Amino acid sequence: MENIITTFRQLYYTCKEQNKKIYETALDYEVSKGEYSEYQIRLQAAKSLNAMKEAIKIGLNSTEPSPSGMSGDDCDKLQKRFNKSGSVLGKTAQKIMTYALATSEQNLRMGIIAACPTAGSCGIVPSVLIAYAEDYNLDENEQINALITAGEVGRIVSVKMALAGAVGGCQAECGVASAMASAALTQMRGGNIKQIINASALALKNILGLTCDPVCGLVEIPCVKRNPFLAIHAVSASELAMADIISKIPADEIVDAMEQTGKLMSPLLKESSQGGLAKTKTAIALEKNILR
Amino acid sequence: MRQSSIIDIISPVMAGPSSSHTAGAVRLGLLARNVYNTKSDKITFKLYNSYALTGKGHGTDKGLLAGLLGFSVDDKRIKNVFDTPEAKQINYEFEFLEDFNRHPNAVDFIFEGGLNMTLSGDSIGAGEIVLTKINKFSVNLDGKYNTLLLVYEDMPGVISSVTRIIQEDNVNIASLHCDRSGKGKDASMCICIDGELSKQCLDKVSELKDMYIVRYIKKLES
Repeated sequence: MENIITTFRQLYYTCKEQNKKIYETALDYEVSKGEYSEYQIRLQAAKSLNAMKEAIKIGLNSTEPSPSGMSGDDCDKLQKRFNKSGSVLGKTAQKIMTYALATSEQNLRMGIIAACPTAGSCGIVPSVLIAYAEDYNLDENEQINALITAGEVGRIVSVKMALAGAVGGCQAECGVASAMASAALTQMRGGNIKQIINASALALKNILGLTCDPVCGLVEIPCVKRNPFLAIHAVSASELAMADIISKIPADEIVDAMEQTGKLMSPLLKESSQGGLAKTKTAIALEKNILR
Repeated sequence: MRQSSIIDIISPVMAGPSSSHTAGAVRLGLLARNVYNTKSDKITFKLYNSYALTGKGHGTDKGLLAGLLGFSVDDKRIKNVFDTPEAKQINYEFEFLEDFNRHPNAVDFIFEGGLNMTLSGDSIGAGEIVLTKINKFSVNLDGKYNTLLLVYEDMPGVISSVTRIIQEDNVNIASLHCDRSGKGKDASMCICIDGELSKQCLDKVSELKDMYIVRYIKKLES
């Protein structure tokens, strides 16, 4: 296959022309580049998926504080609340929130996670993917297909913009993770190509401008709680897309806008901890207590 | 520029919490281990700037040590590396410094013992790393290629002798980087290759006149 796929438009038309799913086209394209075989990619996806499940399992049962002592028991609190009082969200959405917190807290504890696309955003894709797969009985192969679909969305965004808070703010990390998760979910729910790409577009469009201003320079505040927020955000995007509600701005143009927004964003708000939340009165006080 | 693959996006599996401050630190340690490649009496880690300031919260110190001990980025022991038998067998210390001439995430590894060596490296984002200095020589080692590193006496013909030996192995050179402390003094050569060099080839290079250090540094697996 000589076709180069660097945009959502190219992805869409390649899938349409060849009557293939996004994960099939993505695998064909990766293999055509000559670096990996389909087997290697599926194997890595399975390895990441297993690490994600393991992190959730451990995270759900831990209240061990992070090295800074600032967090570690939020997932436990949320589970207790849901068990006692339920939630306006349904059962699967509750699970998604707890899985996202479990994973991002495990990340803080130096537990083993899959960076997807980054360590700070590691709770978003797994929570949505695994909670849905459990509740709707999807087998491992279908989960891997969904993870590859998510990976393809992240890959296309990364062609134009590095997926790093220091380059594009949090829109490039948790924002992209949310777009990836919405694609995975829409794939698992039987959404068509257009709906999957549209879900990603809607998710990305809604987080443009999200800054990266971590308190004390640690991947902790606001990162941990942002994971469950953006996991549910991914579900919202998928719901809209499954109803054929279309993003009026096409996905590729949203990525362009995101890249431009990242460039325009002050360096003080891009992982340097020199502005925003990181320079609030409370953050400065925490800094004195925690660092050194 | 190399574009990301799907694998880059959905991995690595790693010990948290930060790709640059934790996984990057492990990879710097692994690469330093491959370069030094012998037993030392003492290792000093100098962490600079963001690595110094947020290193404890991100486990950067643990990551650097774990890498040096040969643990991979997804090793469960990283979190408690200070308590492992492997760590207890070696003599190490950490220093935390500020130097704004250095990269925000910079580290020096100072090895003392039968062979003294100082390595400097940076964690440049998303787990990507680069070793920038070996002793006083500038290098550019990112762990993505098998690399032949040589330190030798600067004289005419060394580069062609070395590349001819590599040619005999029928191996392609991806990049070649040379530096020297002065004309006729110590010089360094960093040769990144596609594929593998044979032991025979390495022996031949070692036998060249006035070769002080010959290291075959394997690319990082994770």
